[in-house]
Amino acid sequence: MTETAAIELKGISKAFGPVQANKDISIKVMPGTIHGIIGENGAGKSTLMSILYGFYKADRGEIWINGKKTEIPDSQAAIAAGIGMVFQHFKLVQNFSVLENVILGAEDGALLRPSLNKARGVLKHLAEEYELQVDPEALIEDLSVGHQQRVEILKALYREADILILDEPTGVLTPAEADHLFRILNGLREEGKTIILITHKLREIMEITDTVSVMRRGEMTATVKTAETNPEQLAELMVGRKVLLQVDKVPAKPAEPVLEVSNLRHIDEDGVERLKGIDLTVRAGEIVGIAGVSGNGQSELMHVLGGYGHATGSIKMNGQELDLTGKHSDGRSRRDRGIGHVPEDRHHEGLILNFSAWENSVFGYHHGPETGSGMLMDIKAMKQEAQAKMDRFDVRPPHPWLAAKNFSGGNQQKIVLAREIERNPDLLLIGQPTRGVDIGAIEFIHQQIVQLRDAGKAILLVSVELDEIMSLSDRIAVMFDGQIMGERLPSETDQTELGLLMAGVTNPKELAHG
Amino acid sequence: MDKMPAWADAVLVPLISVFLAAAISALVILSIGENPLNAFSIMVEGALSSSRGIGYTLYYATNFIFTGLAVAVAFHARMFNIGGEGQAMIGGLGVALVCLFIPWPHWSLALLGATVIAALFGAAWAYIPAFLQAKRGSHIVITTIMFNFIAFSLLNYVLVNMLKPQGSSDPATARFPEATHLPTFQSMFSTADNVMFRNAPANVTFFIALLACVAVYLLIWRTRLGYELRSFGQSETAAVYAGISPVKITIVAMLISGGLAGLMALNTTMGEAERLVLNATEGAGFIGIAVALMGRSHPVGILLAALLFGFLYQGGTELAFWTSIPTQLIIVIQALVILFTGALDNMVRMPLEKIFLNIRKGDA
Repeated sequence: MTETAAIELKGISKAFGPVQANKDISIKVMPGTIHGIIGENGAGKSTLMSILYGFYKADRGEIWINGKKTEIPDSQAAIAAGIGMVFQHFKLVQNFSVLENVILGAEDGALLRPSLNKARGVLKHLAEEYELQVDPEALIEDLSVGHQQRVEILKALYREADILILDEPTGVLTPAEADHLFRILNGLREEGKTIILITHKLREIMEITDTVSVMRRGEMTATVKTAETNPEQLAELMVGRKVLLQVDKVPAKPAEPVLEVSNLRHIDEDGVERLKGIDLTVRAGEIVGIAGVSGNGQSELMHVLGGYGHATGSIKMNGQELDLTGKHSDGRSRRDRGIGHVPEDRHHEGLILNFSAWENSVFGYHHGPETGSGMLMDIKAMKQEAQAKMDRFDVRPPHPWLAAKNFSGGNQQKIVLAREIERNPDLLLIGQPTRGVDIGAIEFIHQQIVQLRDAGKAILLVSVELDEIMSLSDRIAVMFDGQIMGERLPSETDQTELGLLMAGVTNPKELAHG
Repeated sequence: MDKMPAWADAVLVPLISVFLAAAISALVILSIGENPLNAFSIMVEGALSSSRGIGYTLYYATNFIFTGLAVAVAFHARMFNIGGEGQAMIGGLGVALVCLFIPWPHWSLALLGATVIAALFGAAWAYIPAFLQAKRGSHIVITTIMFNFIAFSLLNYVLVNMLKPQGSSDPATARFPEATHLPTFQSMFSTADNVMFRNAPANVTFFIALLACVAVYLLIWRTRLGYELRSFGQSETAAVYAGISPVKITIVAMLISGGLAGLMALNTTMGEAERLVLNATEGAGFIGIAVALMGRSHPVGILLAALLFGFLYQGGTELAFWTSIPTQLIIVIQALVILFTGALDNMVRMPLEKIFLNIRKGDA
């Protein structure tokens, strides 16, 4: 091979205490390519990139950049070597403008104006070249997540990065934003930039990368050309066993309506109407999926149904009206009426991260029989019950005394799911069931949801992953701007039609046929 | 993985902090030309070697247990109740009213009545800041501090204009009637030929403080209310998801906290002074913050921390009595302990954590 690699890692190892996060990892990334690194949560992807960016020092191994052995003791050195990093959680100053953020740490002198003027010119140029349009004067806090990410990319390019590392870049993006990001990445590749894309989503790897490396438990298990592999093979390499990527289910047998929502309206604290007259029915034994770009009222709908968030209109549960504003409009009353709720945000809603698993396993049901009948809670029974739930839902490690924060995303989700499903609710609200969850756990979680449906329960699913909505739902309702744009059967629709509905086009079929 | 064992966190860190504070105190004492070892032995002798000294130490510790628990309960619901001082003052007012105006037949009944009223008065004083926080979002730190000043002025007014006996120039109530006097340790533990705890102010309230430790432990870790309180303290959004009302928990947590602070008045006002004086609290409300921090908001830790501060108070008094070390310096020593155990906690914990990790690495 004549061409030198843009990045070559040779035998990188890194241990944290007894945990071997990276074991003897070697990869070569050729210039002008997009190289995917895929692996489950905790496989060591982030550690490896942190070493490359100078956050950690490797215990052993060498880093070669453009054919030269390079020491990277800190992020300054990484930037000097032409490496830029876009983190999963953005490192932006919220009340600074885009320009100010871009020059932060790269100012040319004591006075800001010359730097700002220079940056303004560079940004304009970059915007035209790579579809990276952002208003340079806008404050970060006023920008959407997708635009904030562009600022991060601009920051790296402004520092003349030739190698760009993106850590789970689409985790927070809508499908449209993700498509835009991929167009940007394609443009950068054509200009000869080298991109490392860290993700756990197989579809993204297949869509955009040239080569892909798979990591599992700190080791690099394979590096293959993307064109020569397929999702099934990658999944198997990631998890270490065969994985079912399709949801396996029989047709639904919908029975009587469990949840009937009519003309539901919700106005938030800022006085903005977030739900504009929702009508929706969920029957026993079916999964109704709500598709939509995030921020179109799905969260508010879940909050109102879950009991926190006042509303007008009517919600009937098993034929009985629910209290929407008064004393019985809280999570406890909803649970008493047979509504289980797996919230979208398990870190801030579904779990108390510092509580142990057994404490979390009664969260929301702590007035119920789970905690015993005496004045004091029956801790022993709670621990036993938690252990049983963790065993049934295959939570690993199966230690009830471990704090929730010490479990991986997938296992945290299983703790929440076990708590809500084992309560045997008539209706289960479930938001973003597989966000931040690894492939092995996704398969298990989907099976549990389908099983609950087959047991004759009603399920309302909200997800921004269109694939998930398509494969799990028996009926799909599309939400846009606080309204239901329409309902479709998965068998009679496709991603294009749903995508148009999600963008607020009222009659995509007619539009398509002119 | 990246943590040290719990015992090291709970025992070793405070011990090392106290040791560091002692070391620096020794330097300070050395610098004014006194012998630190001598000073230390005077403190130990004065506070721990006689039953009288112990009686004083336990008396101070009783105050700190109540105020420490008060801060801890609010802290579990992530609220910083700085108002222990004011709540204890108003608690004292309640105790005085109960003792002066109700003809109690026996001290035990008087104690029961005073306990209820002291807690109610303390809680009532905490209710207003709690309500303002819960309903209006006024920050509890600011309001409770302000309520300390208001409590002081209110007490001043009530004492001078209403409760002060005619002809007295002292802003204090008359002495409480005999039937409300609480048994002291001296009367409880002395035999005919062996007087224990002579003239020490420690009294039966100490046992109420111990009961309060047990009650707070059960409340926080065994009841549903404590569970809700801790949940709310950890994450308000999660609490709302679980159907816990932030308004209710904020108010309930502050009521319990204020009630505990109010109970301190049993010890000072009913147990020791046997009348209500203007400055009965003597800053114990603030020491409670340090005690709660050092005790990790756990009743056992609070008990130990309160005993330590009781020792410092009594030992410090002895030090001022027997040496030329000025009282200001004794406050410096107490402040150093607060600084090291409360504020500079992480300074000790982080290096210690590294040491533990290295030991473990060596094992692996």
